[in-house]
Amino acid sequence: MTTVAPPVVPVTEPVAAGPRRRWWPSPKLVIIVAVAGVIGYLALVPLYYLIWGTFFDDHGFTLGGFARAYNDSQIGSLIGNSVWFAGGSAVLSLSVGTVLAYLNVRTDVPFKALFFAASIIPLVIPGILYTIAWIFLASPDIGLLNKAVEPIVGEGFFNVFSIWGMIWVEGLHLSPIVFLLMVAAFRSMDPSLEESAFMCGATRLQVFRLVTIPLIRPAIVAAVLIMAVRGLESFEVPALLGLQDGTYVFTSRIYFVLRTYPPDLAAAGALALGLLVLAMIGVAVSNIAGRSGKSFQTVTGKGFRPRPMELGRWRPIVGAGILLYFFFTVVAPLCVLLYTSLLKFYQPPSLEAFRSMTLDNYQELMHLSQAMTALKNSLFLGIASATIVMAGMAVAAWVVVRSRIPGRQLIDQFAFVPLVIPGLVLGLALSFVYLRSPIPIYGTIFILLIAYCTRYMPYGMRYAVTSMHQISAELEESAHVSGASWWQSFRRVLLPLLSPGLLAGWIYILVVSFRELSSSILLYSPGNEVLSILIFEQYENGQFTVLSALGVVMVLTLVVLVTVAYKLGAKVGLKQD
Amino acid sequence: MLRINNLVKSYDGEQRRRSRTARAEPDRVYAVNDVTFDVADGELFTLLGPSGCGKTTTLRSIAGLERPDSGTIEVGGRVLFAGRGPGKEPGKGPGRPVNVPANERGLGMVFQSYAIWPHMTVFDNVAFPLQVRRRATRPGKKEINQKVMQVLATMELADLAGRQATKLSGGQQQRLALARALVIEPPLLLLDEPLSNLDAKLRESLRYELKRLQRELGITSVYVTHDQTEALVLSTSIAVMRGGNVVQLGRPREIYENPNSRFVAEFIGTSNFISGVVEAKDGSSYSIRTDDGPLVLDASSDIPVGGEVVVSIRPEAVEVGLTSRAGEVPNEWTGKVLTRAFLGEAVDHVVTVGRHEIRARGNPSVSIAADTEVYVRLDPAKLALVPVD
Repeated sequence: MTTVAPPVVPVTEPVAAGPRRRWWPSPKLVIIVAVAGVIGYLALVPLYYLIWGTFFDDHGFTLGGFARAYNDSQIGSLIGNSVWFAGGSAVLSLSVGTVLAYLNVRTDVPFKALFFAASIIPLVIPGILYTIAWIFLASPDIGLLNKAVEPIVGEGFFNVFSIWGMIWVEGLHLSPIVFLLMVAAFRSMDPSLEESAFMCGATRLQVFRLVTIPLIRPAIVAAVLIMAVRGLESFEVPALLGLQDGTYVFTSRIYFVLRTYPPDLAAAGALALGLLVLAMIGVAVSNIAGRSGKSFQTVTGKGFRPRPMELGRWRPIVGAGILLYFFFTVVAPLCVLLYTSLLKFYQPPSLEAFRSMTLDNYQELMHLSQAMTALKNSLFLGIASATIVMAGMAVAAWVVVRSRIPGRQLIDQFAFVPLVIPGLVLGLALSFVYLRSPIPIYGTIFILLIAYCTRYMPYGMRYAVTSMHQISAELEESAHVSGASWWQSFRRVLLPLLSPGLLAGWIYILVVSFRELSSSILLYSPGNEVLSILIFEQYENGQFTVLSALGVVMVLTLVVLVTVAYKLGAKVGLKQD
Repeated sequence: MLRINNLVKSYDGEQRRRSRTARAEPDRVYAVNDVTFDVADGELFTLLGPSGCGKTTTLRSIAGLERPDSGTIEVGGRVLFAGRGPGKEPGKGPGRPVNVPANERGLGMVFQSYAIWPHMTVFDNVAFPLQVRRRATRPGKKEINQKVMQVLATMELADLAGRQATKLSGGQQQRLALARALVIEPPLLLLDEPLSNLDAKLRESLRYELKRLQRELGITSVYVTHDQTEALVLSTSIAVMRGGNVVQLGRPREIYENPNSRFVAEFIGTSNFISGVVEAKDGSSYSIRTDDGPLVLDASSDIPVGGEVVVSIRPEAVEVGLTSRAGEVPNEWTGKVLTRAFLGEAVDHVVTVGRHEIRARGNPSVSIAADTEVYVRLDPAKLALVPVD
């Protein structure tokens, strides 16, 4: 983060030259002020410039951007589409994810191992690849599924290039996240509450409706809002699926406005602010809903091992459903990518197609300098942003959790601000900042680094604060009483104890940074592409086969990273015991 | 050795955070309000009281983990804390405020959870206080090694030096925490409820262990607990605290036998309370008139004739019998057994006397069924007078 102006550290000269010692800031103060300054800078400056760039042009205050952005006959359908898309994908992901979670935690459903394999797909298949895979599967012209059902129902039965297609792809891609959230909720619910309802004579369905659902409602409300906000922010799906037939949502509209020449930054800013407001409304509602949910004291953090419910004769049917889900979410998208990556040119499967399969695309990748650069850039950005964020957040978490510095809660809140800023909005805001800034980092990889650090700051903060809370304050105080200075106790006692949590956060950021597209798309410049950008470019150029090969490589890289992460997590976890 | 004068520590009240001007506001919560005491060399001094009485805050102020508002803290003549404020003794001059940070105080402390660093071995835990010293005063590797092994040997942990600190039993963890606190040979050892996390049996044996170690090493200690038995067993002196104040200070026996308030009598052990008026007084022997009859007793308190008092009666000072011994011994009342309880080493009877219920504890050989008419005798030497609240 050398490019960020270091915050001014107050080094005051003693006014009166007396016998008093010259005052030097302690390392503790320097580190804390630096971290707090950087967090505030990363969180607030882009927003400030975004607002400023939207409302002010060369002539002063103006609402011209808003007028151009919103004075459009399509604006009604834009807002409608955004809400419909976000709400629809939230509902889809929620129903699928909740049912799966219930089946997994509370019943003797078969193929339990598949659930968790399916649940890590959003990590290993980035949204851009997932969307492209679904284009291969369900586009009216070339979709494999369409070809499969063509003899029965005619051409173009499935159309992924529609609002329904968008909801389907986004909803499926989000459902594993809901699954993980709801598994946690079901696990922490005391099953004796349900058992006592049984003893009162209620049927399984009555128990589900009258006891389980009301108890789990806070988690459902939280999940639906998180998913709706994610849907609002989603860029890949609307950009690839919606632009084709003119189904615009906020994110794709912003992208479209910026792609026309000359780009209308003020109008894009006005749209971005609208999206930001929508996202903030979602977060505010979820906070209120979450607060009222805390009255359910029965849903505790305690773990339970309930006796699984027997599905009986429904078991094979439910099992078939699970296999179908697994096929649609994991097998089909991955297979279609693999299949395409082996072809010379895209064609539906046939004997001829299988006969012509080669590894040419992979060979081409090896010689494509762009691909190597993109892989290098992705790795650099992932490792650098993960390291910077976790190091900074470790100190910030200490300030928030342990210190008594006034205003420490502000650091916490600042660190969470980027959570409500959609990636595309952040990208736009950062380009506002560094187009004007005298620091020459626009058009370099460092602007991407700043974007990544900003986006992943909230995750890093959450990991660091959680692990900090798990470490008793007495461990640090005893180091202090033993004579250790702040830095000594931080380095020798806190950091080693925090390291499992910090490592987990580091790996998480490294993994998610690989799939980042929506900020990068507005900030990259030739030579600074990352993997997801390269895939996006190749899609736009129609290089489907090379793209698929690159996608397979990317998925394999992420599988390795995620496996290492789980292994490391398990190892560190063992040592803790 | 340790001298604390007029220590005050307050916190902001709920939800009202203001800057320095808040000090005078009425909604400040006084955790420690004007506490003064001295601890002599080699003593084990206990701060005893219910939760929220300020005992832990006092201890943490000595350790340097809390910053008091005012008062002074001295250890062995070295001023560790001196605030400005009302508690200043005249003649000592204005003086600059002093607040030595915790890591420069050089005291030893055992925490409630023991705060043993789980990522270090037993040896590393104990060596830490030596390793973090400033380079000028840090002993060499050899010397650290020797010092650590010596203190581990004292604590009978030498065999476990290489073991991961988390793989110790409760008793071993306690000794490790002690070893770590003692390795720098501190002038003062602070113990914050070190036995409260253990189960009852272990707690009892460790109590004696701790007492033996403290007496053998002769280290001046300040011990915080809310467990009255622990305080009685371990301490050379006890300060009973309540609401930020020391309400009684003395030897364990003094405090048990002559509580100076109803609160102390109730907190240390159980007690029956009967209110009355002093009718006559001859030196330390009093005659008290109560609703249930007269009482004679010996007490060191100084209460004038006609003053209202509360008589504190320990259950073991009450004897229950089926036959009267009136004439032989004073203070015999009649009553009816309400209920009895067999406790193993003793039997408790609750006897209704007039409007009072009196709890008696006696030898298990005496066990009388409920609803039996009995004689209740109160031992004059074991009764105490406490002022009316």
